[in-house]
Amino acid sequence: MIGYYINLAGRSLRSHKVLTALMVMTLGLGIGACITTLTVLKLLSGDPLPEKNGQLFYPQVDPFPADRLAAAHNKPPPIMTYTDAMNLVSARKARHQAAVALVSAKVMPQGTGAQALTQRPFFSDGVIATADFFSMFDVPFKYGSGWSAADDQNRAPVAVIADTLNNRLFGGGDSIGRTIRINDRDFRIVGVTKAWAPQPRFYAQELGGRSYGDGDGVFVPLGSALAAGMSPQQVNCFADSDVSKLETASCTWLGVWVELGTPDEVTAYRDFLGNYAQQQISLGRFHRSTIALTELGQWLRDKHVVPDDVRLQTWLAFGFLLVCVVNAVGLLLAKCLRRSNEIGVRRALGATWREIFTQFMVEAGMVGLVGGLMGLVFTELGLWCIRNQPAQYAGLAHLDLEMFLVTFFFSAAVGLIAGVLPAWRACVVSPAPQLKAA
Amino acid sequence: MEIIPILSSLRKHRIPSLLIVLEIALACAVLCNAMFMISQRIDDLRLSNGMDESGVSVITVEGTAPDQAANAIPRDLAALRAIPGVQAVALTNSLPLTDNAWENGFSPRPGEQHPVNTSAYFLTQSGDRTLGLKLLRGRLFSDDEYANGKLSSNFTAVGHVVVITQSYAARMWPALDALGQTLYSASGDSYQVVGIVADVIAPSLNINTGNRNGAYWCAFFPMAPVDGLNNFVVRSAPGDRDRIIREATQALATMEPAAVVKGRTFTAIRDAYFAGISNMIWMLSLVCAVMLVVTAFGIVGLSSFWVRQRRRQIGVRRALGACRMQILGYFQTENFLLTTIGVLVGMGLAYAANNYLFEHYEMSRMPWFYLPASAVAMWVLGQLSVLGPAISASSVAPIVAMRSN
Repeated sequence: MIGYYINLAGRSLRSHKVLTALMVMTLGLGIGACITTLTVLKLLSGDPLPEKNGQLFYPQVDPFPADRLAAAHNKPPPIMTYTDAMNLVSARKARHQAAVALVSAKVMPQGTGAQALTQRPFFSDGVIATADFFSMFDVPFKYGSGWSAADDQNRAPVAVIADTLNNRLFGGGDSIGRTIRINDRDFRIVGVTKAWAPQPRFYAQELGGRSYGDGDGVFVPLGSALAAGMSPQQVNCFADSDVSKLETASCTWLGVWVELGTPDEVTAYRDFLGNYAQQQISLGRFHRSTIALTELGQWLRDKHVVPDDVRLQTWLAFGFLLVCVVNAVGLLLAKCLRRSNEIGVRRALGATWREIFTQFMVEAGMVGLVGGLMGLVFTELGLWCIRNQPAQYAGLAHLDLEMFLVTFFFSAAVGLIAGVLPAWRACVVSPAPQLKAA
Repeated sequence: MEIIPILSSLRKHRIPSLLIVLEIALACAVLCNAMFMISQRIDDLRLSNGMDESGVSVITVEGTAPDQAANAIPRDLAALRAIPGVQAVALTNSLPLTDNAWENGFSPRPGEQHPVNTSAYFLTQSGDRTLGLKLLRGRLFSDDEYANGKLSSNFTAVGHVVVITQSYAARMWPALDALGQTLYSASGDSYQVVGIVADVIAPSLNINTGNRNGAYWCAFFPMAPVDGLNNFVVRSAPGDRDRIIREATQALATMEPAAVVKGRTFTAIRDAYFAGISNMIWMLSLVCAVMLVVTAFGIVGLSSFWVRQRRRQIGVRRALGACRMQILGYFQTENFLLTTIGVLVGMGLAYAANNYLFEHYEMSRMPWFYLPASAVAMWVLGQLSVLGPAISASSVAPIVAMRSN
């Protein structure tokens, strides 16, 4: 029977080409707008490290003076001083812990002869961190590995570089042991990472970096970077201090991350952090005991990482889809009621109302599916537009298999929902008056 | 007059009427909010800036050795001045809309708990002239003040004078004359306000907050050419900018082989900063336009079905003496009634949606006039889209009534 209905629906849709095209385009535009914005929203609000879901936490303490609040509602400042960050990292109370800051690293290509003269230095996004950064965030390595805790201690001039930088500087070969010149100092390469760019770039929050886009190019031990005079992107001072001596300055500039596997470990770490604040108060360094220990996902939500514009666009797209669906319902209904005569004849010849309903739902479903195909075209068009926008996340906007399937079922569902009302109106047509009128 | 028969006829066609009402209501709600978002973003694009935007170019030199600054900077400045067409050259720490924020906390009285976050611009000699600042009251800096200005170890200005923007003056001393007042930093330094200039935009607007209060809270400090100021500002005639940038980057790159040198016009900086916003405006406008077209087609579709269904009724009316204009008027009035109901529901929806967005996102409250404005838009749209079907209805010949169908 379904085959026959599909045949009938095809005939009916073909016989009103303009109306059919209008319905398909309307649904296609609505579905396309929705899936485009949903794809972007999903990309932006994704979990940057799914394999460490729920295990990464961001501690905060409050070193601000008594007469100055770090933030509204007595919240601790978003980032830490060197003293606090180092105290927390060296206490080793979590499975992994690392202090992180961002730098703009000037990289000098090392060509030879005439090549060297024409090559200009360039800036690469850099991370300065302690050794656990790589193991905690599961950074994949192509060659070598991260540096050791001893390198942190000795402020060893070592560096890890990203695959992309390795290709640019060393033609992609195994560059372990070679030298890279960063900010006019020499560093020995100990590791080359594979492509690694978590989205959002969660560890960059509050540190003065962008939230999406390419991965970092250069990784240097925190101590070595300070010894080489690198200055972090974000420095917030809460008292008069010398910014050139960041180890002792009353300035916050480091983010600390810890890995805690179980709820018990989280409770224990929270207690440890509370005790640490109390201890610092008794030492006279702190004036407030406020602390925070926030899970990665919550931290990203708190920081409003996903731009509000993207969420607004999603709402708008759904509003638009609703207009499109109501419009499609209207057009389907008009078409249905125009065929009252035909329905009357079929009913008189013995078709049950159930069969009429199925027939019209098949027709609506077909409109939905074809609309969905149009939607897919519009989605690709929309994502292409987004890729050509100057936004940080522009390059990420691609349709993945999951969203492709979502589009398909979504559009079929939209078509069927749009079809219910007209099909119902069609099946309640009573045969007698129609036959009389005809 | 005709309202009563129209209403009783609509009651017979509940579902198509409801669909038109619903479509108008949804379109009205989305249109209101989208138009409001567009207008907010247009305000951002038009943010005025009290400097010579079209004459200023910036050459950024980063990654030079700090200890060589004392020798290198005067040499670089001289090289830039020597380029033909350059009217003035100065150094600054940052420029509007470059996202390179140097923020200091200042208060109008000493020792306040919540200092006002202020964007600090450090300018070297003739910086005011190079940027084209518009002095409103007081004076700009003297040569001595420029020569004695230094950068402290925590990146604040060593000196005693400051020039502030108009909006910042109003923020700090709402009831007093700002000229001659003293600005206090958190670390205990104080600066006397010697001049007030037209509003200059800060290096970074908090783009997501929709709150533009702090956009103009800027203070200018005089400074000798010191390390840490790595933006060379060059003023020229707009037509000379591209050539000057080319020559300047070349000259500086040759003199500073270890540095990364980048030149841009200020216009390019501004365009890049607002590129996302102008894209959003285009996107929103496109959605609005497509939505209106879709709604119009929906109305056309339903109304033509309607007209066809009532051909007999129209024929009878025509045969009984109704003229074409009356038939036309009937369908126009009917559409007007439906649109009015839709618009009333839509205004409620629009208000509710705005309220939701206001509470959950950084969006301001919609001014009331968006509601009547989009209502008018919907009326016009409704009347125009029903015009076609109504005309075809009015051309139904009276003879139709005589036939069986």
